[in-house]
Amino acid sequence: MSREKFVERVLFLLALSSLSSLLLITVFIFLEGMPLIIETGLGNFLASSHWAPTKGHFGILAMIISSVLVTLGAMVLGVPLGLACALVLAEFSPPRLKMVLKPTLELLAGIPSVVYGFLGVLWLVPLIRDYLGGPGLSLLAAALILGIMILPTVISISIDALDAVPGPYRDGSIALGATQWQTVRRVVLPAASSGIITAVILAMGRAIGETMAVIMVAGNALKIPTSILDPVRTLTSNIALELGYASGRHREALFATGIVLFVIIMLLNLAATLLTRRK
Amino acid sequence: MEYLSGTGRLKTRCVQAWGLHPRLMVFLPVLALLCGLVMLPAAGCGREASQQPPLCVAGSTSVQPFAEKLAEVYMHHFPHLRIDVQGGGSSAGIYATRQGAADLGASSRELVAAEKDLVEIPIAWDGIAVIVHAANPLTNLSLDDLRAIFAGKITDWRQLGQRPHAIHLITREEGSGTRNAFEELVMGKVEITPAALVQDSNGSVREIVANDPNALGYISVGLVDRRVKALSIDGVSPTREHLRQHSYKLVRRFLLVSRLPPRGPVKEFVDFVLSAKGQSLLEQEGLVGIAE
Repeated sequence: MSREKFVERVLFLLALSSLSSLLLITVFIFLEGMPLIIETGLGNFLASSHWAPTKGHFGILAMIISSVLVTLGAMVLGVPLGLACALVLAEFSPPRLKMVLKPTLELLAGIPSVVYGFLGVLWLVPLIRDYLGGPGLSLLAAALILGIMILPTVISISIDALDAVPGPYRDGSIALGATQWQTVRRVVLPAASSGIITAVILAMGRAIGETMAVIMVAGNALKIPTSILDPVRTLTSNIALELGYASGRHREALFATGIVLFVIIMLLNLAATLLTRRK
Repeated sequence: MEYLSGTGRLKTRCVQAWGLHPRLMVFLPVLALLCGLVMLPAAGCGREASQQPPLCVAGSTSVQPFAEKLAEVYMHHFPHLRIDVQGGGSSAGIYATRQGAADLGASSRELVAAEKDLVEIPIAWDGIAVIVHAANPLTNLSLDDLRAIFAGKITDWRQLGQRPHAIHLITREEGSGTRNAFEELVMGKVEITPAALVQDSNGSVREIVANDPNALGYISVGLVDRRVKALSIDGVSPTREHLRQHSYKLVRRFLLVSRLPPRGPVKEFVDFVLSAKGQSLLEQEGLVGIAE
């Protein structure tokens, strides 16, 4: 076997091993969680909000709703901010400023989520409690913290998308007499839209999957929230919160929660992949 | 000794600290989930090849600080033996003991029927204190009112004769030994309202109550400090005297469990815990000794 072939084989094996870990995870989660879903009935599991696993009630509706609301809240805050930031850095700032600012913003991604949660508990939660009411630990607190946490994802992928728009597009538009803002809005943004949508979807995946910071600031109550000041429990926090004490059916129910989360995140990723491929 | 204080917090540490590329982050929850759940049945201590295998105590996070203290003092007196203390929860500790992954399980709840084949060694009584913010004027609560509050029937301090404001109720997560004991002692068949905030440790319940004038929660009496106020229940305050006489109603046992009647080093440690010295250590930490 030639050296070339050998290296190729080894790399192929390594690639397979990373894929197989994904496969193993999938099989494992489904094996552990499916029996409970089948026993409870998918309808009961998804459409009931009565969660008392040690007493035989396994309904995760409240958590699904909370996960969706927290994620939406984070998007409402994070996407416009992140996109504006990306536009400034990619289109309106001198290259040297961008060289400094972009890596700095990406540092945000390196801050461990427990630190975000800690800051949230220490000053965001008391602020909300004192000025807006409620216990402070709330949907709003979780959405605000997550909104900041997804910024690096939105910014760096959006910048990549904006940078990928060929320069002649801009030159052409300017040459036709458009202002810089008109160029960005009518030419650059539409050309970069699929990349920006990918950024948004990946950020959504990040937000829905975040656990530690959310446990710390969301209050984890099991009720379906009726106000943004209500405490909520997301799917991820449910798993992490009860993991340590769960055994038997309770443990299966947490795996089943994991299945739902897994499916949601896979769908988001699939959507991101399809959207980027279309163009 | 340093090694010991580290092991207790190991679990918390594993949860933190990753700074990966954002694209990878999407897969992390799934990975984290897997790692976490794989860790669960493996609760217990790793066995390394050393001259003397360490003694492993795993279980309830309520018992953990006390077990750590006992182990620390014990190892100081008998340096030949190493004792690892781990958290993980009562159920996980009992499971690990049954599987042989831990020598002793620590439980803050009574064993259920299916676990009765294990040897149970009661080591102390612990009270559950109902706590409010230090500035809250309330000092006493009837057991019925307490039940009504946690059932979601009383939701405002006004109903208790206080300044009108919503009660911010805090409970522990499903499966916690403290919650389990609270449900048995206070709630009976009634379920705790889903509107209650849920925190996963005594410490974080105390932290919230210490900072929120309208909060009400429950923690182990041994962990009450100056920043929160423990209420009297039916006129009886959770003092050591009242816990000892069981006139304070919210009292539970801390147990050590083992698969077989303890022998050798395990027995030596258990004997130490039950000795006058061990019991007085537990008393110093705020529990009530079982011996009396």
